[in-house]
Amino acid sequence: MGDAAFRVEYAARLDTTTNAVVRALAAAVTAAGLPGVRDVVPTAHAVAVYFDPLRTDYEALVERVEREAASAETATAANASLPDVDPIAVPVCYGGEFGPDLAAVAAFAGLDAADVVALHSGPTYRVFMLGFVPGFAYLGAVDARIAVPRLATPRVRVPAGAVGIAGAQTGIYPGAGPGGWQIVGRTPVAPFDLTRAEPFLFQVGDCVRFYPVSAADFAGRGDGTWCRR
Amino acid sequence: MPSVTVVAPGLLTTVQDRGRWGWQAHGVPVAGPMDPWAHRLANALVGNVPDSAALEITYEGPDVRFDDARWVAVTGADFDVTVDGCPVPAETPAAVAPGSVLRFGALHRGARAYLAIAGGITVPPVLGSRSTHMDSRMGGLEGRALRAGDCLPLGDVPTVQAPRGRGVAPSGRQRATGATAWATLRVIAGPEPARFESGVLAALESSTYRVESSSNRMGLRLAGPRLSVLDPADRLSEATPMGTLQVPASGQPILLMADRPTTGGYPVLATVASADIGVAAQLRPGDAVRFVPVSLEEALAALIAIERPLMRLAPGAMR
Repeated sequence: MGDAAFRVEYAARLDTTTNAVVRALAAAVTAAGLPGVRDVVPTAHAVAVYFDPLRTDYEALVERVEREAASAETATAANASLPDVDPIAVPVCYGGEFGPDLAAVAAFAGLDAADVVALHSGPTYRVFMLGFVPGFAYLGAVDARIAVPRLATPRVRVPAGAVGIAGAQTGIYPGAGPGGWQIVGRTPVAPFDLTRAEPFLFQVGDCVRFYPVSAADFAGRGDGTWCRR
Repeated sequence: MPSVTVVAPGLLTTVQDRGRWGWQAHGVPVAGPMDPWAHRLANALVGNVPDSAALEITYEGPDVRFDDARWVAVTGADFDVTVDGCPVPAETPAAVAPGSVLRFGALHRGARAYLAIAGGITVPPVLGSRSTHMDSRMGGLEGRALRAGDCLPLGDVPTVQAPRGRGVAPSGRQRATGATAWATLRVIAGPEPARFESGVLAALESSTYRVESSSNRMGLRLAGPRLSVLDPADRLSEATPMGTLQVPASGQPILLMADRPTTGGYPVLATVASADIGVAAQLRPGDAVRFVPVSLEEALAALIAIERPLMRLAPGAMR
């Protein structure tokens, strides 16, 4: 990753145990406040450590992070599973103008649109990472039957609140912008809002559930206060 | 509060400090200067701390008017700059008086200049930084490029005195600023060689790429010989440092720069050495770029070499 960052990487898959190690390692490295470290960025299966090469003893930093990784692995193995957390419940209006790709996902799965909605809103998802744009949470794992690939050609503009699927991952676009995930619905909830006391709705490790609402219900639910936890 | 007023905005002028570090875990991009070296030099020349916010100027410069007497300095791309009609040399502190207008004229070399003002630009920080990230509409002035009539608050300077670095332009600056329309960028290979055909690094080294006009603060889009990706399939996203050379299925590399997203899923062939990030930042559409792989040790030595003049100028500039 160049001369100003490195990463500790585990097997590349959406796996809650791996992700727990990653979270523990990122938290430990952040808490250590090591000299020269500029940022610690956990992804689903890796932790990237950004550092200022002029202020950092590279060998010593790598050695320290490796020690923290060993501790995180041991501690996570002892706890086996992630602590249970109450899910954040997010309303989604599926299909129609809000979910332009719902029919395509149904066709991919060989199911009715209603089955896709049931499969998408059924599980409790885990936030494996945040990335791409502020507040974008990568949730998994999506039921294999509706794990559609990204669009061949990304959309130039996806509206804020669009709920998409990309392979085993699902997520909410926090703001309008380009996007290649297949859009099945939209939520009035803002994952990122700088005017809120807590700008970020999701943290890594959170549990999230979607529940279907009608287009009529969609409008009045934007302030986030009703998010059932 | 003392301020500087934008008389004419230029093509793309933004407020940038050293970047919004510490929030990438929440998906918040770092932003900050495209040419961090030139940004630090500008701040050092007027006696600012390195994290002060300055203006980044792209291709076409602004005209700005000052309220009070200040020291200012322009670094990076080589523009004709005047204060009230008098030419101002680059990389040298210049005094402005109340009501002075600083004007950017013709651009001779490079793409991006920095205007640092003693006391710094003190727009309200967002998540700890004043850097503008336009796609997130965050930081700077309302998260956008400057417009005519904008008024930027400035920090206090204790006394109007010649800054420490006055007239001490760093010597031996071994940096191209795009003048010759080509640059060689040192890269550190990896970390994903398994996602490419063998020999792809040699192919990169022997090829010349051209900077596309669609390039911007997010990244430089490059056109040239196709780099073969073995594994273009959807992958889990990875963190993307500045200088990441990612290769989408098209085989045309993209060099990720200041406004890059925090993470990305495309295969990564190499990362540009920190010492050469500022060189990449000064490339213009149509310029040619080549890559040469170096070791981590060589990359660090190159960084120390370009930092020396900065350290002589302002011992604190590294921190």
